[in-house]
Amino acid sequence: MSDDMDMSEIHDIFYEESYEGLDVMESGLLGLGIGQPDLEIVNNIFRAAHSIKGGAATFGFLPISKFTHGVETLLDQVRAQERSVSEDVIEVLLESVDCIRRMLDMFKAGNVPDEASSIELKQRIDTILALPSGGAMKAASNGEVSEPAELKQWTIQFSPSVDILKTGNEPLRIFNELRALGELKIVSDISKLPDIRIMEADSCYTQWILILDTDAERKRIEEVFDWVSDQADIMIECKESDIANSQAQTTPIAAALELPSSEAESAVAVGASSSNGKNSSSTKESGSIRVSIDKIDALLNLVGELVITQSMLARHADGAVAGSEAQGLKDGLLVLERHTRELQESAMQIRMLPIGASFSRFKRLVRDLSQKTGKKVELKLSGENTELDKTVLEKMSDPLVHLVRNSLDHGIEKPEDRLTAGKPETGTLHLSAYHEGGNIVIQVDDDGAGLNRQRILAKAIEKGIVSPSEQLSDDQINNLIFQAGFSTAEAVSDLSGRGVGMDVVRRNINDLGGRIEVSSREGKGSRFKIRLPLTLAILDGQLVKLGSDVYIFSLLSIVETVLVSPGEVRKVVGNGNVYRLRDDYIPVVRLRDAFKLRCKDSIKTYLERDGELLVVVESDGQRIGLFVDELLDQQQVVIKSLEENYKPVAGLAGATILGDGNVAMIIDVPSLIKTLDIAAITSKIEDFAA
Amino acid sequence: MANILAVDDSPSIRQLVAMTLKGGGHTVKLAENGIGALDIAKHYAADLVITDVHMPNMDGITLTSELRGIPEYRYKPILILTTESSPEFKARGKAAGATGWIVKPFDPSALLSLLDKVL
Repeated sequence: MSDDMDMSEIHDIFYEESYEGLDVMESGLLGLGIGQPDLEIVNNIFRAAHSIKGGAATFGFLPISKFTHGVETLLDQVRAQERSVSEDVIEVLLESVDCIRRMLDMFKAGNVPDEASSIELKQRIDTILALPSGGAMKAASNGEVSEPAELKQWTIQFSPSVDILKTGNEPLRIFNELRALGELKIVSDISKLPDIRIMEADSCYTQWILILDTDAERKRIEEVFDWVSDQADIMIECKESDIANSQAQTTPIAAALELPSSEAESAVAVGASSSNGKNSSSTKESGSIRVSIDKIDALLNLVGELVITQSMLARHADGAVAGSEAQGLKDGLLVLERHTRELQESAMQIRMLPIGASFSRFKRLVRDLSQKTGKKVELKLSGENTELDKTVLEKMSDPLVHLVRNSLDHGIEKPEDRLTAGKPETGTLHLSAYHEGGNIVIQVDDDGAGLNRQRILAKAIEKGIVSPSEQLSDDQINNLIFQAGFSTAEAVSDLSGRGVGMDVVRRNINDLGGRIEVSSREGKGSRFKIRLPLTLAILDGQLVKLGSDVYIFSLLSIVETVLVSPGEVRKVVGNGNVYRLRDDYIPVVRLRDAFKLRCKDSIKTYLERDGELLVVVESDGQRIGLFVDELLDQQQVVIKSLEENYKPVAGLAGATILGDGNVAMIIDVPSLIKTLDIAAITSKIEDFAA
Repeated sequence: MANILAVDDSPSIRQLVAMTLKGGGHTVKLAENGIGALDIAKHYAADLVITDVHMPNMDGITLTSELRGIPEYRYKPILILTTESSPEFKARGKAAGATGWIVKPFDPSALLSLLDKVL
C-alpha cells in the first residue's frame, strides 16, 4: 500500500471495512440462537460493532459512532451474559445493522445523515438497556471535587519496585510529565543499590523524593502515576497538609542525596530502551492486500496476449523446425506451454471469489420475508466455496434476490396449506452452487407448490404471448414465465411483483453469457438452474467456418447442431426462412448473408453433400438456427473487446486471436437476434404453422 | 525518529496511525493482529509498540504480555490504543505490562506529542 495515502482514501477503506463488519454482524445475528448464544459468535459481532464505532469516532462520522455505541453496549451485556438473547434483541440489532448501513451510504454519498433516521431505533435500544436483567453501564466519571487552582508544593515519595523498567515505564518519563505541571526538584535515594557484583542492569534500585511546585490538582498528579501505581509505593502529600496524616513510611530514606535533576536522569538511564539505528522504511501488511481491479485486468490482458503468443510459437515450431537441434526448442516450448497455462489459471484465480458471502446475505432476506408473509422457511446453503468471477458474482446478486423472493412469494405455501397438503409445516429453500461441465451452476430449489401450468398457460394466452391453438410441452409452459411482461400474481405483491419480472432475470443472466432453466413438479416444488461461464475473460468457444473466415460461438449459447437437407428449409412470407425442429418451427438465417460475406471460394459445403449445418442457438428464450459452412474444434479463447480496440459491432461480442495468428470474431447471439429482426419472422411462423 | 510497530485489525485505523506516525517522521511497521505483530517482532526491534485491544486471533493484551517475554521488547514502551475504556480492561492491560492507554478516537497531533514523551 502506498505511503502517501490521503484522508479520503482512508475513508474509503473505512467504508469498505465497515460494510464488511456489518455483514459479519448480520450473519452472526442470524446464526445466533435464542436464549443460549454461542459466545464465539457474540464476540465476533461485538468486535465488528466495536471496530465500526471506533473507526466512525476516529474519522468524525459521529452519528454512526453515537448510534453504534448503544448497539455495542447491548452486545457487551450479551457477551457478559448479563442479558439473554431474545427475538426482540436480535430484531433490534438486525435493524441497527440496516440503520448503520444507511448512515454509511449517506456519508459515502457526501451527505450527513440526520439524527431523526436513527432516533426511533436508538430509543428502542435504550428501552431494552433500561430493562432489568442487565445493569445499565455506569458512566465512567468519578465526581471528584476539584481543588482550587493555587500554587502548592507537593512532596511525592516514589519508590518503584525493582521490576518497573520491565513494563516499559521509565521513571524519567514520569518525571518529565511532572515537570510539565510545574517546578520539579528530584532527590534520588540510592541506598538500596546492591553490590555491583549482584546488580542487574535491568532492575531499578533507585527511589526518589520529588518536590513539585504546581497549581495542578491532586488528580492530575495521581494521573501521572496511574500506570505505575501498582508497581510502586507512591505517597503524595501537600506541604500544607498535616504531616501526622501521612501513613507509616514503608521505606525510610536513610541517605537521601540531593542531586541536580540531570544526574537523576542519568541514574535512571540504566536499562532504558536504546534507539537502534535501523531505518527500514518498508511497511508490511500480513494476510491480504487490496488491489484495484484495473491492475488485475491489465495483468489478465497481458496473460491473454502471452497465451496467444505461446500458441503461435508452438504452431510454428511444429512445422518449421526439424533436426536434432529442434528437440531442445520443442522441449522448451512444451515447458513454456505448461507454464503459460498455469500462469493463466492463477491469474484467473485472482478475480475469483467464493459465492458464500453473497449466499449468506439471503439468510437475512429469507428471515425478513418469511416473517412478512407468515410462512415458515428454512434456508439451506451448499457449495459456498464455489468460486465465481467477481463481475459475474456482482451481477448475479439481483437475479438471485429476485429468484429467492419469487420462491418465497409464489413457491412455498403458507404453513396451514402445507399441512393440508401433507407436507412439513416448514418449507425448504435450497441455494446451491457447483461445477458442471466447465460451467458454474447456481441452483435455487424450493419444495413449494410448484409452477401452476394451467394458470401460466392461461395468462400467456391472455397476454397474447402464445396462441390458444399452440401445443406446448410442460417444459415450454414452465419457461413461459421468462417471457417479457409475464406475471401470474393477481395483484402486484410487495415481494416479487412490480413489473420487473423473470424476463429481466433471464436477460441479466444472458448478458453474462449464462442460461437459466426452470423445472417444476406440481405440488412438489420448483428448481431454477442457472449455468454461468467460469469467467468473462475467457470463453469456451465453438469455432465455425464461414467462407475463409473463422467465427466463434459461446458453447453455452449452443443448444444443438443439426444436419439439414435442402428441402427442409421452408420460406415464410417476406424474407424469412424457417425450419421444423421436431415440434417447433424456428427461424433460420444464413450467417454468410447476415454478415454480408462475399466469398470468392465456391460454397463447397454440406449443401452439396447431404445438407447444410445448422447451429441452433438460444437467447432470451428465443431459439434460432444459423447456417454455417463447417464446424471446427472447440477451444478456450481469450476475449478481446471490439469496443476498446475498434468500435462496437452489432452481432459481435468481441474478437480473439487464434493460434495461427488470425483474428476470429466472437458471435454475440442476443445482439444478433436483435439485429436480424427475428421477431418479424417469428410473427409469421404462427400463420405458417396454422 | 523511532521505529514503531502499530497493530490494529481495522485497515482504516491502521492506515491512519501509519499516516500520523510517518507524518511525525517515524518508521512504521503494521500488523493486523497479535499473531502478525509477534511475527514481525521476532526479527524487528521496534522502539515502541502501539496496539489495539479487540482483535481476532490474538488480542492486544495477550500481545503485550507475549512481547514482554521477548528480550528485545522487555523494556520497550507498549501503548494501547483502543475505544475500550473500562477499568477492568485497563487493569488487565496494566497487569500484562502495558506502558500506557490511549482511548480512541485519538487526535493525531496529541498522539505524536505523547510519543515524544514516551520515547
